[in-house]
Amino acid sequence: MWGIARSSPERTKARRFEELALPHLDAAYNLARWLTRDPHDAEDMVQEACVRAFKYFGNFHGEDARGWLLAIVRNTCYTWLQSHRSQEPSVPFDEEIHTIEGHGSITASLSSGNPESLWLQDADQRLINQALEKLPLEFREVLVLREIEDLSYKEIAAVAGIPIGTVMSRLARGRKLLGEYLKQMDERS
Amino acid sequence: MECSDFRILLHGYLDNELDLVRAIEVEKHLQACAGCKRAYDQYQAMRSAIRGRSGYFSAPGHLHRRIRSALPLDKGRRARSEALRLTLLGYGASLAFAVLMTLSLTLYLAVPTPGERVPEEVVSGHIRSLMADHLADIASSDRHTVKPWFNGKLDFSPPVTDLAQQGFPLVGGRLDYIDERPVAALAYRHRQHLINLFIWPAERGPADRAPETLSRHGYNVIHWVQTGMRFWAVSDLNPADLRALVSRLREPTARTPD
Repeated sequence: MWGIARSSPERTKARRFEELALPHLDAAYNLARWLTRDPHDAEDMVQEACVRAFKYFGNFHGEDARGWLLAIVRNTCYTWLQSHRSQEPSVPFDEEIHTIEGHGSITASLSSGNPESLWLQDADQRLINQALEKLPLEFREVLVLREIEDLSYKEIAAVAGIPIGTVMSRLARGRKLLGEYLKQMDERS
Repeated sequence: MECSDFRILLHGYLDNELDLVRAIEVEKHLQACAGCKRAYDQYQAMRSAIRGRSGYFSAPGHLHRRIRSALPLDKGRRARSEALRLTLLGYGASLAFAVLMTLSLTLYLAVPTPGERVPEEVVSGHIRSLMADHLADIASSDRHTVKPWFNGKLDFSPPVTDLAQQGFPLVGGRLDYIDERPVAALAYRHRQHLINLFIWPAERGPADRAPETLSRHGYNVIHWVQTGMRFWAVSDLNPADLRALVSRLREPTARTPD
């Protein structure tokens, strides 16, 4: 997987890679798992991303190995998903379509007239994970990086390759859509 | 600010990403507009729900092993000699620290009683780590990196829990010296606050003791005993949030080490 060379520079590179990048394997797997929505595909993605990361590790001179590795994981997943889009049952993503509407619809879709928002309290891990998985890829990505990986807007922008302003607007739309899904799921149960 | 502007900026505000000017404008609008305030409350609640209950998928053990073993590393002799070198450094550092501790303790006007000594020491340790900017010798938010770092430096293996998704990311680990013995010190962060968690084996007394909260020199301290280990958490964080951290740490199903 890594090539046959075991020369001293290769070993130094490997040790540096082990110290800097491998500690973020969990973060890499978590992102791949949420993007591909399958544990086996996620493992394949992480492995492929690590091969690529190690190959180009000479180019990494920065501080943030996690962001760097996650960007590679993200791109690996996106490339793979493009040829496996048939597995995308959720709503296709369109930056224009999912816009924020007026006030009335935010509070209406979120509160259902009940200030206690019992539907939120009822939402357990399974329901929240289901709703997150249903989101279009581009919304799911920013939400996972923000809420689960706890990255800043700047870090998310670097991983996803989008401007910071787009991070905020995708979070806004993603959260709104997530709220609607959670409410729908609660109404059905 | 118009409600239409607010709808997106609200999220920047929720994530603490707005500059001061815009944050103040958002706050002013929240005070003036009941509809937007309702939206804010709802999204705040949703975020807590997501953060508390969504799944963090850790890489399975075999994936860790498979990738690690495939790296062209020279395991064995080189790794062992490096570990030995680090061990010697560690003991040297903790010895120097012990001398410092003894000296600084004698400067106290009133000599603290034995039961009073540990709270004073952990708070001193906490303050010192902040003053000298010496929070961690192993600066990593990954428990798979921090936990093994203590091997060969301590006569026990401290439990290292990852609570990043609960809002308490691990900053790193270091050695410290409390109650006349080397201890593990883990540094956690919660927003702008730093928390030091000192861990060492409970050689006297019960193997389990419920958490007790106290306050020393303006710092909040919570200590407990669990499965034979003593835990002392110190921070300027408010007691409620510190208690939240402690209850997470005490959960057996939390992401405790393998």
